[in-house]
Amino acid sequence: MESSMDSTRAVRRTKEEKKLLRRQIKASHTLLKHEGISTVSHPTKHLVVSNGGLGNGVSRETLLEVLKEGGTVESLLTPPAKPYAFVTYLSTEAGQNAYTLLNGRVLQCHDQSVTLYFSYVEKVDSDRSVSCALPPGLSVLEDFVSPEEELQLLQAVDWTPDTDDVTVQKALKHRRVKHYGYEFRYDNNNVDKDKPLPGGLPAECDALLRRCLADGHISVLPDQLTVNQYQSGQGIPPHVDTHSAFEDTILSLSLGAKTVMDFKHPDGCSVAVVLPERSLLVMKGESRYLWTHGITPRKFDVVPVSEAGGSGVMTSDVSNLTLSRRGTRTSLTFRIIRHTPCNCAYPSVCDSQQPPSPPTVPVAEGDACRLEARYVHQVYEEISSHFSSTRHSPWPQVRDFLLSLAPGSILADIGCGNGKYLGINPEVTSVGSDRSANLVQICIERGYEAFVSDALSVPLRSGSCDACISIAVIHHFSTQERRQAAVRELVRLLKVGGRALIYVWAMEQEYNNKKSKYLKERTTVACTESSEELKTEENKPNQQEEDDRKMSSDVTCTEDSSGNVTQPRIQVHTNRTAFLSQDLLVPWHLKGSVDQNKGAASGSANGPLDNTSQGPVLHRYYHVFQQGELEDMCCGVTVVKVLRSYHDQGNWCVELEKTLGNSLKNAVA
Amino acid sequence: MKLLTHNMLTSHVKGVTKGYPLIIKATEVKVNELEFNPQFVSRMIPKLEWSALIQAAEWLEQSQDLPSALIPNYENDEEFLRKVHRILLEVEVIEGCLQCPESGREFPISKGVPNMLLNEDE
Repeated sequence: MESSMDSTRAVRRTKEEKKLLRRQIKASHTLLKHEGISTVSHPTKHLVVSNGGLGNGVSRETLLEVLKEGGTVESLLTPPAKPYAFVTYLSTEAGQNAYTLLNGRVLQCHDQSVTLYFSYVEKVDSDRSVSCALPPGLSVLEDFVSPEEELQLLQAVDWTPDTDDVTVQKALKHRRVKHYGYEFRYDNNNVDKDKPLPGGLPAECDALLRRCLADGHISVLPDQLTVNQYQSGQGIPPHVDTHSAFEDTILSLSLGAKTVMDFKHPDGCSVAVVLPERSLLVMKGESRYLWTHGITPRKFDVVPVSEAGGSGVMTSDVSNLTLSRRGTRTSLTFRIIRHTPCNCAYPSVCDSQQPPSPPTVPVAEGDACRLEARYVHQVYEEISSHFSSTRHSPWPQVRDFLLSLAPGSILADIGCGNGKYLGINPEVTSVGSDRSANLVQICIERGYEAFVSDALSVPLRSGSCDACISIAVIHHFSTQERRQAAVRELVRLLKVGGRALIYVWAMEQEYNNKKSKYLKERTTVACTESSEELKTEENKPNQQEEDDRKMSSDVTCTEDSSGNVTQPRIQVHTNRTAFLSQDLLVPWHLKGSVDQNKGAASGSANGPLDNTSQGPVLHRYYHVFQQGELEDMCCGVTVVKVLRSYHDQGNWCVELEKTLGNSLKNAVA
Repeated sequence: MKLLTHNMLTSHVKGVTKGYPLIIKATEVKVNELEFNPQFVSRMIPKLEWSALIQAAEWLEQSQDLPSALIPNYENDEEFLRKVHRILLEVEVIEGCLQCPESGREFPISKGVPNMLLNEDE
């Protein structure tokens, strides 16, 4: 929108007015579409100022100066990282005055010009200021060192090149670094644990570290130090410190200038944390293992207006934010070298817990069979008794379906697991089938009828069943062809008029603003406040018009982590978080004992919650379905119609009816 | 495996056209007394392949002189329904195998569980 200044502006005024109107309308559409902000056409005292946001590089002070020309400003909300602001005038007249006077105003901010567009809004929703708590396990201790100590520490770091061989110094693209104790290698993001640097840590750090020990922030003295120096405008890409390289607690001391560090959960929740000069950042647990942290390269940070070196989350009060120019900051990051593999609860981001050779998404049939044999069949055999102990409650809507069957019906449960649905309706004859012999054995011991077979080749007469269910099964097939073949096989078993119920795991674990049980059962509830933000993020259309993108662009946001390798490997999922891809490996933490009751309520793949157990971790392959995918797939199968399609606790579900008569081959052979 | 289940099972070996019924070769058979429910048995009968049921009962020497063709008005014949109840629900194959009548492929039954898995090339 800044490009609106063109050569015709002075010549034809009416044309420019039209253009202004057009851009203004477009701006209000963008607000509605991407931010859910509804503008109104009648004058009010509340206005939204498009392009007048901190996210556009417009500081609170600059904006306020301009806004005052319109009348007395009652309040100004400047949400962080947003390209707009909300202003409330004392009266509707003042609002109207500002609207007329200031619409299309061009501001010079730093090295760019910004055009402001105004729209009326009914009210300013101050709840829009998403206040996110600090990531779990994170704390910022202010004034951890005195100014004298700060000076001493800064002087202890000798940046003159090639002075010694007891430390390692590097000029990286965006900052300079120096390592003590062990060299951190940026080629493999790890340390050579058998090659300590002879110098150890600087003696000047002793007092500080002893204090950390005494205060209980750490239980062992760190043996590795990385010093980073950032000039204004420099930063560090978002990353998680390599799990296998370092122990849990990571300390980082900020010297010389404050900065804002961005923490991001894989679900999309992000929290900007102010790190004041001389503060100590302590990262433990989830904040250390799961959240990425990084510093966006920029010259200005969004910080609270009144901060006097205040720390913590700065998104709490949007009426109180402005820009702060960055100075040169030196950070001292203290870490403890890890000598045993990491066994954290976040396998998706844990290099110690990756399967030996992660498989790729298969294309060929043979690869698909091998993948499923290794990552589905074998795993279920191994976890069968533990799995069975966590599966006793039938899902209510599946139960309803079973109870709706006419007495005397014949039901086949293809993928019956431990047989929890085989006894629901005693008026019907139920027979179960599963790929896992161990699980079928459990069914038999419970007095149910079941046999071992593959869901793609079920040894039952065609048309022999009044009803079939396939609950949490088809998501284990690794190609679209095989998933559809599983539906076809299910339909083959049905007689005309017979019904099938299919449940598969949904990519969308949050539906109609409700999180599924699977997500809710997370032990930590780090992101509940930001669920709204998460939702809008997800609802964003994929293709945006160029202008829209400019308008909604988040200039403070650095995109992908530089460390990501985009090989077509199947990613390991972190239990009870949103899915980041459709094909994934879901860890199962095996327990020997069968006293495990957690996760029993529901969930097609609820792994146990206590992930920190010492048991072996097994990975099951899943293809989680996107909205509409299951239904589309079923529509591609002949002689069937979809009776209903719905979302149930993080699953996509369809009920099918077999429609046409059986072909000849379906007759009894 | 009950004979009700056997009545539904068929050979799924690739290329087989006459895979039904599967031949039962039992080495251990058990009879479990179960509560007799005439209505339930009456409802099941029309869903069965009658001749296959009688054939299966004969393999297990449990046919109890049941007729090779279904009798009319069986709903009111308690003696008949009791016999069907017995072979359908009370007789269980614990050990043995099921054999495809066309290909000869055998599927083991162990601890009451028929294993109908095929190899990749089947």
